[in-house]
Amino acid sequence: MAGMIEIEDLRVTFGHGSRAVHAVQGLTLSIAEGESFGIVGESGSGKSTVLKALSGLIPSESRQLTVNGLPAAERRSKADRRHLQFVFQDPYASLHPRQTVDEALREPLVIHGLDDRDRRISDALREVGLSPEHRFRYPHQLSGGQRQRVAIARALILRPPVLLLDEPTSALDVSVQAEILNLISRLKQANKLTIILVSHDLGVVAHLCQRIAIMQFGKLVEVVDRDDLRSGAVGQAYTSRLIEASRGFVRNAD
Amino acid sequence: MSESLLTVRNLSVTYPGRTGMTHALRNASFELGRERLGIVGESGSGKSTMGRAILGLIPRPGIVSADQLDFAGRSLLANTDRDWQSLRGRRISMIMQDPKYSLNPVKRIGDQIAETCRLHLGSTRKDAESRALAMLEAVQIRNPDTVFTLYPHQLSGGMGQRVMIAMMLVAEPDLLIADEPTSALDVTVQNEVLRILDRLVSERGMGLLFISHNLTVVSSFCDRVLIMYGGRILEQCAAADLARAQHPYTRALMAATPSLDHPKAELATLVRDPSWLE
Repeated sequence: MAGMIEIEDLRVTFGHGSRAVHAVQGLTLSIAEGESFGIVGESGSGKSTVLKALSGLIPSESRQLTVNGLPAAERRSKADRRHLQFVFQDPYASLHPRQTVDEALREPLVIHGLDDRDRRISDALREVGLSPEHRFRYPHQLSGGQRQRVAIARALILRPPVLLLDEPTSALDVSVQAEILNLISRLKQANKLTIILVSHDLGVVAHLCQRIAIMQFGKLVEVVDRDDLRSGAVGQAYTSRLIEASRGFVRNAD
Repeated sequence: MSESLLTVRNLSVTYPGRTGMTHALRNASFELGRERLGIVGESGSGKSTMGRAILGLIPRPGIVSADQLDFAGRSLLANTDRDWQSLRGRRISMIMQDPKYSLNPVKRIGDQIAETCRLHLGSTRKDAESRALAMLEAVQIRNPDTVFTLYPHQLSGGMGQRVMIAMMLVAEPDLLIADEPTSALDVTVQNEVLRILDRLVSERGMGLLFISHNLTVVSSFCDRVLIMYGGRILEQCAAADLARAQHPYTRALMAATPSLDHPKAELATLVRDPSWLE
């Protein structure tokens, strides 16, 4: 059976000629329905670019790029776009400062012509653990964690089968991060979501995802199982180095 | 730790506002020797305020008060601007979080570092340049001659952070305050930068105040740790004992951190207890 997301030989290039930057160079991945898939890598490894290409935010080339069995074409219809929703890294930048929470959540409903908007908005707020009093607030009246909840509510209000998360907790404190990660894993269970989580934090990715892709310099290094990542049973030296570095500082013996 | 480099007793920072006083730092007391002392806490816990207060960098209308604030046997409380000028950058330095905002964008890297030498050590131009070059080499920049002539925007994040460290260390300070020096860096680069700081502490006998929100880094890198919450120091312990910390807040922070080695089905969330601030 074909997976929820099939990526074959994905290439993303910025710029032309001698100044071209090959951000993603021939990535092939298959992600099953209901799977939690993680992508880790350092800055510039192309991990966020994969998500952007998948969601059609940037142009890309590929032999195959399908979501839910449908080809994700260069020009996407509204229906295509409903399949994938995005939660960005910085909750301070991803919400419009002059839109209330209500307006931010209403916009996708208007664009996609869904009715019963008030009920959908209040349901979405409840789902992410916000109370009705937050509905008419502006982003500056919310904390970082609350803003990220709004961003998640906005992504889920269209009931997409796939949720793309780009470093959803790296701008948040540890205690708030724990709340958001718990929320994501609860929503994933309840809505049978397929999620792709991009992060530089191995702990976060291993907490949420069953399979994890490691990227470096725009290429896939390997795809490992969560348990193998924990036990260190990985194939590539780069992965081992990443695991070791994330365990903290090691003083040299000399 | 042998002698005390910095003694802080009941340091408080308050900002007056329309709705009353905001207590950014409340009665903080600790001592720092020639060691690596970590300060951990979440946003708003007062950890950066602490670093700034020690350097006399709290902007008006902030009010700094303390029973004692001694650096190398001298009180910092009555310092004039002139006194600060001779201390800052020379004997106490601070590395800020983000090199993008802390380096002068229109000045070459080499000139920025050399300026520190000329200002604080009274070096000649030639001497300052050779010191700057040597320092760039000491922070493991591979081709110091090239980097010397570059502008900040031409550097990567890791390089920029190393340049900052070089600039802060070129005057050979006795105390270095590092405010989240590695938070903007990739994990592999982060460990390289920590290694440089580590070597400088052990070779030069410098005192290091390491401010961070990352428990893993602090517990593996520092000798001792202060845990801060709401402007207070809740607890002090040896870094190696952080896993066996006493205070419920520290324990909750540890439990809320997703870890590669200790998988949890659900992360513990923090229930804040108002009594922690009493």
